[in-house]
Amino acid sequence: MTAGLFDKHQNLRTSYEALIAASPRNPFGVVIERPLSASVGIIEGRKTLLFGTNNYLGLSQSQKARDAAIETVSTMGVGTTGSRIANGTYSLHTKLEERLSQVLQRRHTMIFSTGYQANLGTISALVNKDDILFLDADSHASIYDGARLSGAQVIRFRHNDPADLDKRLARTKNASGARLVIVEGIYSMTGNIAPVDKFVEVTKRHNVTLMVDEAHSFGVMGDHGRGVAEMQGCEDGVDFVVGTFSKSLGTVGGYCATNHDEIALMRLCSRPYMFTASLPPEIIASTLAALEEIQARPELREKLRENSERLHQGLKKSGLSTGDFVSPVVAVTLEDVPQALTFWNALLEAGVYVNLSLPPATPDNRPLLRCSVMAAHSAEEIDQAVAAFTDIAKKLGLTA
Amino acid sequence: MTESVADISSIIIEKLLANPKVPRNINGDSRIVEDLSFDSLAVMNFVMEIEDTLDVSVPLDKLADIRTINDLAQCLHEIKAAQA
Ligand SMILES: Cc1ncc(COP(=O)(O)O)c(C=O)c1O
Repeated sequence: MTAGLFDKHQNLRTSYEALIAASPRNPFGVVIERPLSASVGIIEGRKTLLFGTNNYLGLSQSQKARDAAIETVSTMGVGTTGSRIANGTYSLHTKLEERLSQVLQRRHTMIFSTGYQANLGTISALVNKDDILFLDADSHASIYDGARLSGAQVIRFRHNDPADLDKRLARTKNASGARLVIVEGIYSMTGNIAPVDKFVEVTKRHNVTLMVDEAHSFGVMGDHGRGVAEMQGCEDGVDFVVGTFSKSLGTVGGYCATNHDEIALMRLCSRPYMFTASLPPEIIASTLAALEEIQARPELREKLRENSERLHQGLKKSGLSTGDFVSPVVAVTLEDVPQALTFWNALLEAGVYVNLSLPPATPDNRPLLRCSVMAAHSAEEIDQAVAAFTDIAKKLGLTA
Repeated sequence: MTESVADISSIIIEKLLANPKVPRNINGDSRIVEDLSFDSLAVMNFVMEIEDTLDVSVPLDKLADIRTINDLAQCLHEIKAAQA
């Protein structure tokens, strides 16, 4: 019996059914039959250019990472079947933590089974109901969910607005609990880059802790790929860095790195760290290999920068509404959901896959076509995607 | 200076009416989600505007209990008093 159980989904059902009725295919049901390379996959039987992934350096298809995974599977098996604090820590897990600490130039690193859990596990271990969290209004769901799990009071500040944060910190200066500020390096939906250096100034002035989620910027920004804080020369002012393996590193998993020695106890109080199985050894081995590749091939980052510039310029020139930041994520903002659905379907039919992002998951309640570029894209592939955008925008009467 | 709940209620209504999509006949008992058709994100964004006017910050968990404009005014009043 499910009496009353699903009534709460009625609104969702109504919006979902309206969406499906208005679209020739389910935008949340796209199946990539298989990838042919980092930049091309088979969708609906056709070769399709992938411009909606987080595979910024193309390393999900790295030969070295594949070899490492195969070798590890054949010597160690496919899973650990246990928690990091019980039977789920192999020497590979500690090796990856040590290597990440070196690469990130932090004393300690904890790895989690996903980036989502890295945020849940870090935030909920750092603050509790007596504390106050200050979140950028456009924070990722994993940060909001971590906040809920922690029970801390949450105060939102305006997106990428250090002056707004400053005001809000001043208003809570007499609060008795700890205060933690969280921002992201690159925002996943819009590609906006945070002024982390300015946030460091504000948090220092108020003597509060700063955590930065570099999920989309690790391996991407900064001379060594450590992220936006490296690029802006303010890593010393960042207390905790969170990130994921599922984007530039091409695998799955997450981490938190810090110079604070107290992190050792986080392993014994972070529920999303303890009450889940650790990453399988082949994932750890392939992540280690991808990490080496990021270190050994800075030209991947250079290429990604060039490609980001090319995609951004191209979409801007088409007359569509894009953001101002040059980053590997470029979002085209559209007016309403029907327009976004039509555009997205037309792109897919033209052989270009991008992410369709709908409110309320987008800022400002407007739909986005989220495009992301990789180091693995050729200039021709980028031009082809831009041409598809330009052509469809004209046909739909959105641009002249 | 601490505004009364009624003062805050009028400030909220005035701000809401600046938005042409909001029905003209709202009052303190209007329900924010049902009568004004605000979704949770719109509520959070609107509260940010009011926060600036009144120089307060409302923790998100407080918003969960708010139904009407007067509830919001009451909540802002309490936070402002605690902050003073
Ligand atoms: C900013 C941000 N943080 C965390 C995550 C979660 O990472 P993962 O997908 O690896 O769990 C994502 C992406 O999903 C993200 O965009």
